[in-house]
Amino acid sequence: MGKIVVEVKGLIKDFPIADRLFRALKGITINIAEGEFMGIVGPSGSGKTTLLNIIGGLDSPTEGTVSVLGLSLIGKSNKELADLRKNGIGFIFQGYNLLPVYTVYENVEFPLLLLNVDSNKRDKMVREAIEWVDLSDKIKSKPAQLSGGESQRVAIARSIVKRPPLVIADELTANLDAKNSHRIMKILLGLNKEIGTTFIFATHDEKVMGYLSRIISIVDGKIESDKFFDRNELREKV
Amino acid sequence: MINFLLKGVLRDKIRSVLSLIVIFLGVMFSTIMVGFMAGIFNDFIRVNAILDAGHLKIMTRAYDELSDMAPNDLAIIGVDSIISDLEEKYPELYWTPRIKLGGLVDIPDENGETKNQSPAIGIGIDLLSPGSNQAELLGITKSLVRGRLPESFNEALLSEEFSQKLGVDPGDKITLLSSTMWGSFATYNFVLSGTLRFGIPAMDRSTLIVDIEGARLALDMDDASSEILGIFKDELYDEERSEEIKSDFLGRQEMSEFGLLMIALRDQNDIGLLMDRADIYIAFIIGIFVFLVVLVVWNFGLMNGLRRYGEIGIRLAMGETKGHVYRTLLIESSIIGVIGTVLGMMGGLSIVYYLQEVGIDYSDLLGEANMLISGVMRAQITPGTYYVGVVPGLFASLLGTALAGRGIYKRELSQLFKELET
Repeated sequence: MGKIVVEVKGLIKDFPIADRLFRALKGITINIAEGEFMGIVGPSGSGKTTLLNIIGGLDSPTEGTVSVLGLSLIGKSNKELADLRKNGIGFIFQGYNLLPVYTVYENVEFPLLLLNVDSNKRDKMVREAIEWVDLSDKIKSKPAQLSGGESQRVAIARSIVKRPPLVIADELTANLDAKNSHRIMKILLGLNKEIGTTFIFATHDEKVMGYLSRIISIVDGKIESDKFFDRNELREKV
Repeated sequence: MINFLLKGVLRDKIRSVLSLIVIFLGVMFSTIMVGFMAGIFNDFIRVNAILDAGHLKIMTRAYDELSDMAPNDLAIIGVDSIISDLEEKYPELYWTPRIKLGGLVDIPDENGETKNQSPAIGIGIDLLSPGSNQAELLGITKSLVRGRLPESFNEALLSEEFSQKLGVDPGDKITLLSSTMWGSFATYNFVLSGTLRFGIPAMDRSTLIVDIEGARLALDMDDASSEILGIFKDELYDEERSEEIKSDFLGRQEMSEFGLLMIALRDQNDIGLLMDRADIYIAFIIGIFVFLVVLVVWNFGLMNGLRRYGEIGIRLAMGETKGHVYRTLLIESSIIGVIGTVLGMMGGLSIVYYLQEVGIDYSDLLGEANMLISGVMRAQITPGTYYVGVVPGLFASLLGTALAGRGIYKRELSQLFKELET
């Protein structure tokens, strides 16, 4: 096993609902190693998105410890968490969430602007990321001119353009048809293989699961199973 | 990054064009409102001052008591010397004699018999003395409908409406029947040189205007006048200075029946009360209007901020801090607010300037009104017109954005993402 990039111990998360607390995560403990292509699966309401939010520094745990890319997230300020996201984590959302007024190029460029990457290097990185997702011919298009699959590919390019060590993808194929879902998973698997980025998916899509080399199943806030799969044959093909 | 944000502002029409339009309209209407209110009120003051009240008015104490009857037997005597003295002591005002007269205007036929006759309100104005600006100040030159201005003291002007009622044209003879300063019957023949439309219904009905010397001859008022009016040379009423001059002048006068009395504009016809109340009313009306505009602009800023939750969520996910997002929202709003405010002020001031110079003629609506109100509504550029738009234009839009941004700022990040996904 490689270097641990995500370390979660005894994670509990409570949400206030009306006048009581709802426990969404009930003592989760997991380690995720560098370069893993893994998923957290489970039915709606099982707690997988909550777990991803905490790992991504978008939410804080009620109890337990979380360490991401060597940084303990407990007690960290908003700015420190923002720095972690800026430098180390890429996000892919179910609804693509591209900025509608910007072109494909500009959407992908945005994370690099936040990192103050100089313009020549930035241009090279943006074009390379767009090429990875095979959208070089749509570089000047606006999101409204793209199909769902193309939009999600732009979102992927945006998430990996800064070459983050960790990408978190929440239900990224939920709005896509089977053909596009497979295409996107192949792209991501290729990137995982090529640049060694760790991918964590939250999904209940069987098609996505077929690509994952590790699947942690969560039910009712608890880990039900944690299984590893040999996808070497698949990896060889992409 | 700045270029990136600027592109966003320029391309997002709701954020740029629509925001600008809302702010532009809000600021423009606020500016017009202030200019219009100030114009209407100040025009009322100016018209009253120039036509009748002066910014300061001098008359005898006895005349003042019966002034409604225009009692020329109680008029000021030795006017030339008094005016010389006033011009020397208070040079910031024009000092001019006026004779008010009542009487009949008689139109004779070719045999000298009365063809037509009607009561008239006459004013003797210094039209002909060298350097007199009264014709211009009173707008007589601009108000000329037919004929020309008097060139000699035995020529007269009638209001156009009155001349048509009497059936006279420029060049016709008209006879004034009145009483002299000494109480005897006065008849005097004038030649009608032209006709006027004042735009003030009360004056357009039956006004006769003659040169002050013609009036003096007609009423046997040598070196006398009913009143002496003082009007500030910039035509703006300076209340404080008026009171100073009044005190100074009165301190040097006798308290006798024919001693001179000086009154200020605000002492006449309840104008003072009107001025005091008008300030409050105008402030109130403008306050309500600006408040409504503020609500619209503020709400627009708020809605615009809320509309961008998705974009803000993404930016936060990419690693932008809440503080940075919040600051950029405020900067964007400020830039759009400044541009909208400047454009709105330019638009508003242009319209106010146009309304100041040209005005809106509504004299038909005044009908038989007896007030000295101009039939042309005019706006006026005042100091308030330069800054009133800043409140809705800059502060309201900024406040709306600040509150919307604050809502985002306060939200749990994960909650923001939940909203992002819906």
